[in-house]
Amino acid sequence: MNKSGVVLGLLALVAIVVAVVSFEPAEKKEKVVVADKTKVGFVYVGPVADAGWTYEHDRGRLAVEKEHGAKVETVFVESVSEGPDAERVIAQMAADGADMIFTTSFGYMNPTIKVAKQFPNVKFEHATGYKRADNVATYSSRFYEGRHVLGLIAGKMTKSNTIGYIASFPIPEVVRGINAAYLAAKSVNPEVQFKVIWVSTWFDPGKEADAAKALIDQGADILMQHTDSAAPMKIAEERGIYAFGQASDQAAYGPNAQLTAIIDDWAPYYVRRVGEAMNGSWSSTDTWGGFDTGMVALAPYGKAVPDDVKAMAEEAHKAITEGRLHAFTGPVNKQDGSPWLKAGETADDGTLLGMDFYVEGIEGSLP
Amino acid sequence: MDYGLLSSIIHSILVASTPLVFAGLGALIQERAGVLNLGIEGLMIVGALAGFATAVAGSPLLVSIFAAALAGAMLASVFALLVLKLYANPVATGLALTLFGLGLAALAGSQYVGQAAPQVAAWNLPFLSQIPVVGPALFSHDPLVYLSIFTAFVIWWFLTKSRSGLILRAVGENHTSAHALGFSVRGVRFLAIICGGALAGIGGSYLTLVQTPLFVEGMTAGRGWIALALVVFASWRPFRVIAGAYLFGSVSIIQLHGQALGVSIASQWLSMLPYIVTIGALVIIAGRNDLTQKPPGALGSIFRESK
Repeated sequence: MNKSGVVLGLLALVAIVVAVVSFEPAEKKEKVVVADKTKVGFVYVGPVADAGWTYEHDRGRLAVEKEHGAKVETVFVESVSEGPDAERVIAQMAADGADMIFTTSFGYMNPTIKVAKQFPNVKFEHATGYKRADNVATYSSRFYEGRHVLGLIAGKMTKSNTIGYIASFPIPEVVRGINAAYLAAKSVNPEVQFKVIWVSTWFDPGKEADAAKALIDQGADILMQHTDSAAPMKIAEERGIYAFGQASDQAAYGPNAQLTAIIDDWAPYYVRRVGEAMNGSWSSTDTWGGFDTGMVALAPYGKAVPDDVKAMAEEAHKAITEGRLHAFTGPVNKQDGSPWLKAGETADDGTLLGMDFYVEGIEGSLP
Repeated sequence: MDYGLLSSIIHSILVASTPLVFAGLGALIQERAGVLNLGIEGLMIVGALAGFATAVAGSPLLVSIFAAALAGAMLASVFALLVLKLYANPVATGLALTLFGLGLAALAGSQYVGQAAPQVAAWNLPFLSQIPVVGPALFSHDPLVYLSIFTAFVIWWFLTKSRSGLILRAVGENHTSAHALGFSVRGVRFLAIICGGALAGIGGSYLTLVQTPLFVEGMTAGRGWIALALVVFASWRPFRVIAGAYLFGSVSIIQLHGQALGVSIASQWLSMLPYIVTIGALVIIAGRNDLTQKPPGALGSIFRESK
C-alpha cells in the first residue's frame, strides 16, 4: 500500500519538476526582450470575466497592446482585494520592472500612494481616487452623466413609480450616481421613488441577485446597480422587468430587460497615457472625462424603450456632450432640506468628488 | 404587514439558504468521519460550473445535478488521495483544494460567462401550495430545495439509525480503535469524502442553476467557508445544519429587505453575524461537558496504519 503511495508521490514530483523546467526558459527569453519595452501593469479588483467593471479595464489594456504593439508589454493581476493585499501586489509589480501601473479601484488609493513613494521612477495611475503625487496621477469618468440619462429613462418608463438601486459602498462615486439618477428621474416624474440597497461588496453575484429579488418583491419595476456582476440584469430578465447594464453592455444577460447600459470606455485614456509615458511627456494629472471624451458611453437602447423616451434620452446625451446641460443643476436641496444649489447653479467638481449626502427626496440614510 | 411580501421574503430565504444546506451537509458527513476538509469552497465552484455547463448544453435538471455531484466527487477524490494515501496535511491540502477549485473553474468556465441557462421550473406541491401565504413561501420551490431537506433526513437516519453510520462515527471518534476492530478507516473516510464532495458540488450548482443563474468565476463568494462555520454551529447534527443555514440565510435576506423598507442596519454587522454566532457556539460547546455535543474526536488527524 505504501509502495503505491511512494510511486504516486514520485509521479507528482516528476510532474512538478517537468512543469518548472519547461517554464523556465520561456521566462528567461521574455526577460531578455523586455529591456527596451515599456512594461505596463494593471491591478484589477474583480475577475477579468466579470462582464462589467474589470472587463472594461481589461479591454482598455488590450487596446494599449494593439495601439502600441511591440513597444509595450502589459501584465495584470485580477481579483486583488482592496487592502494590504493590494499593496503587496502593486509593490511586486513595480519590483518586477513595470514602468507604469494602473490601479483600477477606489480602495487601492492608499496602497498606491504608499508604493509610489518607494518607487519614484515608476508612473502610477489610480482610478476614481483623489490622492495624487509627483508620480501618481488620478483618472475617472463622469459616470453621473450617464446616470442622468438612465434616470430620465427610468422616470419615464416606471409604472410602479419605484426604482430599485443596488449600491456597493457609500463612497462619493456611488452616492453621486444615485443622486444624479434620482434628480433626473424626478424631473420627468414627480411621483418617482428610489429604494436603495447597500450590499457592501463590488462583486457577489448571489448577494446581488438576492438584493434584486428583494427590490422587485417590494415593487420596483426598474433596476439600477452600482455593483459589478450581471446577476441583477439576469434576475430582471427572469422576472420580466427592466434594468440598466453596469459598466459594460449586458444585453446578453437581459436581451429584453436591458434598456441601455453605461459603458466605461477606458481605451482612449489608457492609450494616450501610455503613449505619453513612452515619449516622456507624462505628468501627474487629474482627469475626469465624461461623454465628451468618449470615456463614458451608452449601449444601444433596448427595444422596450419607446420612441419619445429614446428621443428625450438622446437629446440629454447630446446636451451633456456639448456642455449645455449639467446633471446637477439647481435648485437642489440636500436630504435634510438645507439648500445646496441655487436655481440655475451647477455643482462644482470639488463637491461632486467628495459627495457624502443624499439630495432631497431620497429616503433612507447613507450607511 | 403585506402578506404577499412576507411570503416572497420567506421564499427568498429558502433559496438563499439551500446552497448552504447542501455544502454544510457535505462538510458534516466528512467531519463525522474525522476528515476536516477546508476545500468546500473549491468543491462548490467546480460543481457550480459543471451544473451550469450541462444545463446550458440543454440537459434536464437531473443530469445537471448529477454532473455537479460528479464534478465535486472527482475533485474530492484528489483530496482523498492526498490526505488518506499520501498523508498530506489536511488543513494545507484543503486550502489548496479551495484555491485550485476556484482557479480550475475560472479557467474552464471562461467560455460560459455571458451564457444563460434555462430557468428551473418550480414544483408546486399538490394542495400544500394552495395554502395562502404559506403555500407560495414553502411549497412552490424548485426540486432542489426539497431534495436538500430530504438529504438532511437521509444523513440523520444514516448516522443515527444504521450500522454503517455507527462505523462512520466510530472512525471519526477514534480511528485507532475502529481500525483495531477491523474496520477500514481509509475506506470509510474515502467514501465520506466522495459523498461530501458530491453534496458540496450540488450546493454550488444551486447557485448557478437557480439562485443567480449565471456563471462567473469566484461566484461562490465565501459560501464554502460559511458552510464550514455552519457545521460547527450545528454541533455536527444534520437538522441543526438546516436550522443554521436558514438562520444565516434569513439574516442576509432580511437585511436586504430591511434596507429597501428604509430600516437601516449596518450591513457589515450582519455579514459578520454568521461567524460571531459560530464563535459563540464554539464557546458554548467547549464549556459543556456533554460528550454528544463535542466535535468528532479524531477530527483533522492523520491516520497511519501501524505495521
